[in-house]
Amino acid sequence: MEFTVNHQALAYLVAAILFILGLKGLTHPASARRGNLYAMLGMVIAIVATLLAREVQSYGFIIAGIAGGAIIGAVVALRIQMTAMPQLVAALHSFVGLAAVLVGIGTFLHHQHLGLLNAVLMGEISAGVVIGAITFTGSVIAFGKLQGLLSGAPVKFAGQHLLNAVIGALTIAMAVHLAMTGSLLSLALMTVLALVIGVTLIIPIGGADMPVIISMLNSYSGWAAAATGFTLHNNLLIIVGAIVGCSGAILSFIMCKAMNRSIINVVFGGFGSDSSAGESAGVQADAVYWMEDAGKVIIVPGYGMAVSQAQHALKELAELLGSRGVEVKFAIHPVAGRMPGHMNVLLAEADIPYDQVLEMDEINPEFPGTDVVLVVGANDVVNPAAKEDKSSPIYGMPILEAGRARQVYFLKRSMRPGYSGVDNLLFYQDNTYLVFGDAKDTIEGMNTALKGGGH
Amino acid sequence: MPEALDPSLIALYVFVLACFIGYWVIWGVTPSLHTPLVALTNAISGIVLVGALLVAGDPQAGLLVQFIGFIAVLLASINVFGGFLVTHRMLSMFKKKKK
Repeated sequence: MEFTVNHQALAYLVAAILFILGLKGLTHPASARRGNLYAMLGMVIAIVATLLAREVQSYGFIIAGIAGGAIIGAVVALRIQMTAMPQLVAALHSFVGLAAVLVGIGTFLHHQHLGLLNAVLMGEISAGVVIGAITFTGSVIAFGKLQGLLSGAPVKFAGQHLLNAVIGALTIAMAVHLAMTGSLLSLALMTVLALVIGVTLIIPIGGADMPVIISMLNSYSGWAAAATGFTLHNNLLIIVGAIVGCSGAILSFIMCKAMNRSIINVVFGGFGSDSSAGESAGVQADAVYWMEDAGKVIIVPGYGMAVSQAQHALKELAELLGSRGVEVKFAIHPVAGRMPGHMNVLLAEADIPYDQVLEMDEINPEFPGTDVVLVVGANDVVNPAAKEDKSSPIYGMPILEAGRARQVYFLKRSMRPGYSGVDNLLFYQDNTYLVFGDAKDTIEGMNTALKGGGH
Repeated sequence: MPEALDPSLIALYVFVLACFIGYWVIWGVTPSLHTPLVALTNAISGIVLVGALLVAGDPQAGLLVQFIGFIAVLLASINVFGGFLVTHRMLSMFKKKKK
């Protein structure tokens, strides 16, 4: 029996359903792994159905490419540190972007050779290539910032928005010229301009706005796939691209809302920087003393926990306290860390059960009844200025109400303010104590004290 | 014979309806799994592999085009394999409290 276009379309439909069920699985941690398997199965079906198509006749390049990709992908995926997940995701987004560019250009050359170019097709190719190119260089910049290869500080200069607008207009002009004439030169210029936009769009965004950038680029990579789907008249690419595009857009929205900022403000606002640190002695013995006899302790992790890799030490602390009958919970702010859900993954990596880890809305009512809050490398997300000080730049941002607990211990590297550059009002509260030093060392010190027996 | 519908219009139908599905499915994802969500959407956006296969697999297109296709296949495959594996690794770490 011959494998026709109709068979292929049916296989694609099955694949699309499996992808949707796969994402649906992420509704709950218990069903998530099964979801991932559904999505994998969907991908296998999609690939096989494509390989059986009549257009695919030589397999040498394909086998080499898939084998190479499988090896590289597997090695990276199995070796990557969980703290480096934002970098990995940025790198992978850049690959989707570049692949979309190459598919667009390849399709153009192929159709040019066959004399099948038309305006609609070239419009679709332009969309795929431009979105892909922006995703590619944007992700490369994001990767550089996350990896510390580039400064996390926003790069801003006069006329920046005007420059972006001019490049954008030129890119569109090239796309129109391409659609009208089928000129290879226009395609090349358009691609280069789009690559430049990717850079100029991401450099003004501060390192601490990374959760939004990651989500945005996630979204772009989806739209790039969808545009490629239009080019190739492939409904599976369109469906998957649209869903991924929506996913990234929704995450961007959630992240912006958690900072009380609009997406426009994040993209064009450029606030936030990465600065580094001083050191000082601490009051950790007090913290141990009060936590040991507490009824309830809430731990608030932030990016500082990831930087010092303190999650395993925290897990031990939580167990030591738990064995003394202290109720220990973790409170996660939506924008804690460098990507959506970053803290949850690190805590899961340290084997902290997910039912002990609560989201902002769930945990906020519990702070007033809590004896000790331990803030580990977080800052703005617990700053009461967001509620009380109307002149504060972070006013209106929803926060974890740590300040309402009986005592707050802040593990910090230095006195510097959070990324917003705003002073933390919590530091001036009578029930707040600062413990300076590396978060991991401090917590390990606490663990040793707890293991050394009571007082 | 009835007038035929433009295929691009059908593609638009598919696209818009898929956006609605995406909207509803993604809002259901629990915030604690947002990192695995990004990794998984990343893996499935490796679906551009399908496009790359079509470019790389047609010998009539000439060696240059096939080579461009090869690079695209390589990149998209890294995404597919890396994305699914790393998602699997992360999800395996999410455990309930042992009672």
